[in-house]
Amino acid sequence: MSNKMTGAQAVLECLKREGVDVVFGLPGGVLLPLYDAIYQSDIRHILVRHEQGAAHMADGYARATGKVGVCIATSGPGATNLVTGIANAYMDSVPMVAITGQVNTWLIGKDAFQEADITGITLPITKHNYLLRSAKDISRVFREAFYIARTGRPGPVLIDLPRDVTVDEVEFTWPEVNLPGYHPSVKVHEMQIKKAARALMEAQRPVIYVGGGVKLAGAHKSLFDLATKINAPVTTTLMGIGCFPEDHPLSLGMLGMHGTKYANYAIQESDLILAVGARFDDRVTGKISSFAPHAKIVHIDVDPAEVGKNVRVDIPVVGDAKNALMALEKEVQPKPRGAWNEKIDGWKRDYPLTYIPDMDIIKPQFVIEKLCQLAPDAIITTEVGQNQMWAAQFFVHKDPQKFISSGGLGTMGYGFPAAIGAKIGRPECDVIDIAGDGSFLMNSQELATAVLNDIPVKVAILNNGCLGMVRQWQELFFEKRYSATILGRTSPDFVKLAEAYGAMGLRATKPSEVEPVIRAALATDRPVIMDFIVNPAEKVSPMVPAGATLSEILELEWCEEGHISHLEKVYADARKAIFGEEGY
Amino acid sequence: MRHTIAVIVENKSGVLTRIAGLFSRRSFNIDSLSVGATDNPDYSRMTITVEGDKDVLEQVIKQLSKLVNVIRVSELAPSESVERELAVIKVTADKDSRGEIMQIVNIFRAKIIDVSARSMIIEVTGDEEKINAIVQLLRQFGIKEMARTGKVSMIRGTRVIKA
Repeated sequence: MSNKMTGAQAVLECLKREGVDVVFGLPGGVLLPLYDAIYQSDIRHILVRHEQGAAHMADGYARATGKVGVCIATSGPGATNLVTGIANAYMDSVPMVAITGQVNTWLIGKDAFQEADITGITLPITKHNYLLRSAKDISRVFREAFYIARTGRPGPVLIDLPRDVTVDEVEFTWPEVNLPGYHPSVKVHEMQIKKAARALMEAQRPVIYVGGGVKLAGAHKSLFDLATKINAPVTTTLMGIGCFPEDHPLSLGMLGMHGTKYANYAIQESDLILAVGARFDDRVTGKISSFAPHAKIVHIDVDPAEVGKNVRVDIPVVGDAKNALMALEKEVQPKPRGAWNEKIDGWKRDYPLTYIPDMDIIKPQFVIEKLCQLAPDAIITTEVGQNQMWAAQFFVHKDPQKFISSGGLGTMGYGFPAAIGAKIGRPECDVIDIAGDGSFLMNSQELATAVLNDIPVKVAILNNGCLGMVRQWQELFFEKRYSATILGRTSPDFVKLAEAYGAMGLRATKPSEVEPVIRAALATDRPVIMDFIVNPAEKVSPMVPAGATLSEILELEWCEEGHISHLEKVYADARKAIFGEEGY
Repeated sequence: MRHTIAVIVENKSGVLTRIAGLFSRRSFNIDSLSVGATDNPDYSRMTITVEGDKDVLEQVIKQLSKLVNVIRVSELAPSESVERELAVIKVTADKDSRGEIMQIVNIFRAKIIDVSARSMIIEVTGDEEKINAIVQLLRQFGIKEMARTGKVSMIRGTRVIKA
């Protein structure tokens, strides 16, 4: 029997065989043959309104499901619009396959209409990429791409697909993957596990420092078993949030720049750090030369290049986090609670994460607490900035696949499309994007996608009328010169914006309105924007100033009276300009 | 410190760009890079000289190894390997200086591969120091042009670096 088909049909066959049930994309000239094949296939296609949205949706889908996310964009501007989304997935090690259209092979290099060298452009931000030159290579390349994207340290792989390659006829085959230069390390070295176990047993003040690698390896249960067996406290990076239940007595929450005081103190006083799937990022370590000065460091990572990249490692363990943690758990003896646990509990009592409640004006932290109370099992995505840090700090995270945030690249505009992708992957879950008024506008056009495809995600905008994180830094380090960070006057009415797209818009201006708004949003099966008008002067606290040691973490003062009123006035004027004298 | 590494890569288009790109974006310094075929047409061999301490070398090797098209990366310790470079040098040479230049060429076991009324092209092979030395001596006659290949290197004895 002949398996003859067009290149485009072969692409769809590959996607089917790789278990892809949904793709996110936007068509274009060179993609006409591929989109014609999509039209005739049963794969679900989500039409986006900007290709960046497609990449973030594929990313959110991948993080919420653990499967490879797929996005599609046309040649030239379509492909370059994917770039931020691909870089985002690369920094956070998200399994993704990006398919881009390309001009006909005979036009490549001739500066043809809508031609861009996307394999060249994405070289530093993909795990690997391909420019297909012949239809007979389609199945091999797609199979390799999915294999590379999801194995080892996952990451995005891009396939550039010239138009003629999708038109040519090809005999479909399904060759085994044969990559002589790609051997992800999975098995862990027994000797290294023994050494690590001994170090853990000997340690008086151990801390387990957990990153996104634990999520990617599905190792959170093994982590829990190990930590509770030896009563070792656990702190997570932003990427590791949810890998260890934050309501557990051993949880230290997040560490680093906006981490808890007790996590940072514990790191600085520890005599052993067990780092798992984490990469000692500068936002985590603070001043690297004085990071954990008394600690021996054990580093478990699937990527050998991460071991020893930023800090000196005493016991490297290269391999899959789940295998390593399981082996380690078998190797260690149970350890009771001790003086170290007492000391940490003392810090937790003395320096809890907190904020000053307010009866009249909504505090952003209060919104997060209410969301957590009313939707404790929701998938939370975030934008980037203050909203992201408050979401990390004040929501009690317990599930590794339910906190989705742009960690490495810090992409504003990520959270909303990521929420759409997550909702498609996990339709049974409530999905809430915790956003800022700045970030949300960066991909707000995807409201059309949510409405068109009936994807009932909820957006909680912590509307402070400014680019809050940068404003915070200007307040602290640039003598309150708010250069280009006050938005109030220029932001749209988010309720009307939602309605213009056919979504639901709700607003809360007083603390008493927060709960009813959240309840109403959760009750409907439509996409909703909740516009919470919050205190513009609020800062994310505590904070390790850039370049300082973790123990130099500051509780940021609630800024002086005059200044609050100044910011409030700026914001009130802006609101008046939009909504008139009566306000809302 | 300088380190020499041999990199066996798949012989595919774009591989050199991937390696050069990796070096520039991670701020690794390449002193020299040479690339050519191996006995297996599917693979090429690169010899790269990098500047940096032990930590830099470790990162270079690990990051190179992560590239899908890279099959093998090995450091070549100078004491355990032989290394060669080739240079072609065009010097000003008239009938007065020609004899002296030929003497130098003989001492260095180099070759004259082109002669004209006013110039000569000299081909010399050796390690970097030897080539630097002959260049130094030829400078007095006037070097018009020079091209060097960059280093190739191989471990002494029976050990091999292959795909």
